[in-house]
Amino acid sequence: MSDEHTNPTRTAVETVYRAESRQVLATLIRLLGDFDAAEEALQEAFAVAMEQWPRDGIPANPRAWLVSTGRFKAIDGMRRRARYDASLNELATHIETTTSDPLVEQMDESIEDDRLRLIFTCCHPALSPEAQIPMTLREVCDLTTEEIARAFLTKPATIAQRIVRAKAKIRDARIPYEVPPPPELPDRVEAVLRVVYLVFNEGYSASFGPSLTRADLSAEAIRLGRLLLQLLPDPEVMGLLALMLLHESRRQARTSASGDLVLLEQQDRSLWNRDLIREGITLVKQALASKRIGPYTLQAAIAAVHAEASNATETDWSQIVALYDLLLQAEPSPIVELNRTVAVAMRDGPAKGLELVDALLERGELAQYHLAHAARADFCRRLGRNADARASYQRALALAKQEPERRFLERRLMELQE
Amino acid sequence: MKYLCLVYVEEKLLNSMPQNERIACSNESMAYCDALQKQGQLIAASPLHPVDTATTVRVREGKTSTTDGPFAETKEQLGGFLMIDVPDLNDAIRIAANFPAARFGSIEVRPLKELGCA
Repeated sequence: MSDEHTNPTRTAVETVYRAESRQVLATLIRLLGDFDAAEEALQEAFAVAMEQWPRDGIPANPRAWLVSTGRFKAIDGMRRRARYDASLNELATHIETTTSDPLVEQMDESIEDDRLRLIFTCCHPALSPEAQIPMTLREVCDLTTEEIARAFLTKPATIAQRIVRAKAKIRDARIPYEVPPPPELPDRVEAVLRVVYLVFNEGYSASFGPSLTRADLSAEAIRLGRLLLQLLPDPEVMGLLALMLLHESRRQARTSASGDLVLLEQQDRSLWNRDLIREGITLVKQALASKRIGPYTLQAAIAAVHAEASNATETDWSQIVALYDLLLQAEPSPIVELNRTVAVAMRDGPAKGLELVDALLERGELAQYHLAHAARADFCRRLGRNADARASYQRALALAKQEPERRFLERRLMELQE
Repeated sequence: MKYLCLVYVEEKLLNSMPQNERIACSNESMAYCDALQKQGQLIAASPLHPVDTATTVRVREGKTSTTDGPFAETKEQLGGFLMIDVPDLNDAIRIAANFPAARFGSIEVRPLKELGCA
């Protein structure tokens, strides 16, 4: 501890590490062409910094210094190991001649693109979705495998194995370290946004387990969203960031002190985070103005309508239904239809809602989806059809996997029995 | 980097195609391969006879067993291959995606191990 007081440079190195390590790693991967070599070079560069900076002071451009030192250390290490493996000498010379030292030559703009290259590589569709998420959290966000494992309630060894396998595929199948060319960009951006949104949702409404949300994952997803928007000012990136911010704004109000679920209708709206709402709404407006409106922007627009209403009855349900209609055109899905049904019921009454949800359940796709039965139960309850409501709550309860959601359904069932 | 693109198609589906469509698809595939060859990206390519013609060979304890049919019964069958030489997986994916059979079949893209099988 006393070390920190006597040595402010040491803490400064740690601050630089937190701010720059991912950026430096992203550039080293490009220069060295290998994830593991880059990780090793990054650690070595910081080890040198710990030694030199307290003595010589922090360099004018710490990032360039770290990249330069990491690159040098990697080349040096290859030369030393070349005694046992001659091909390393060739590789060292190749890296030396084809890449530039950022301290000697001007750092080009491609350095700024390196983080984007890293994100696109971690979210490459040739990697399995279950590898894309841990790769992104590990390499882009610098979460440890232990932290990722805790967030997804798996063993660190499982996460580590997925990351090792993904890195091996990147190397052996030669997945390039690049931002895709413009014609392929829309599809690839979509894949990246999907990963970011999955991370957010896992943090916002955990799909299983004892607690309703895991705030750390949502915060990481929002950080990724901001970074993406900075690098890639695309309307759907804006839309996704807006959507995440608007959902996040309700986090406080969404769970009660005892950890129970509070529905949007019953939430104490004074608990909503106004700063996040303001930022989200500004982004939605910007995205809508682009005239290239995609599913994330539409969902964000729906969240914005909720955010602007002072309570559930004053919500502009007609506008929400209209936005759901557009969303259904952009991305047909039975879950979107269910959400639209709930909005229609708010606008036209529970009888209309019941008619729509029954037709939807009839089609079968949502038969195993607990929220479809919960919605049906709610319409019946509001219509005073208590026996039907109880049957549907029981069906929902049998399908629900998350503890707080189960408690909510049990509570509703109890209320109906009284 | 060399990649083997294994083209899987459902033979039933292929057989049910009208003849003119089949010929058009075949012509398009050959023209595509010609173009890849001119660009120096194609090493070899060929369609295969149906799995009816397949023979699977194994040697166990010095004894050769020969059986009629493919190695594995699958819904889609191996119908042909392309061996390509391109800088990276993204190029290989692009080439596979533009091959006509990708529109109704599936193409498995596998990098070649160039330093032996160990």
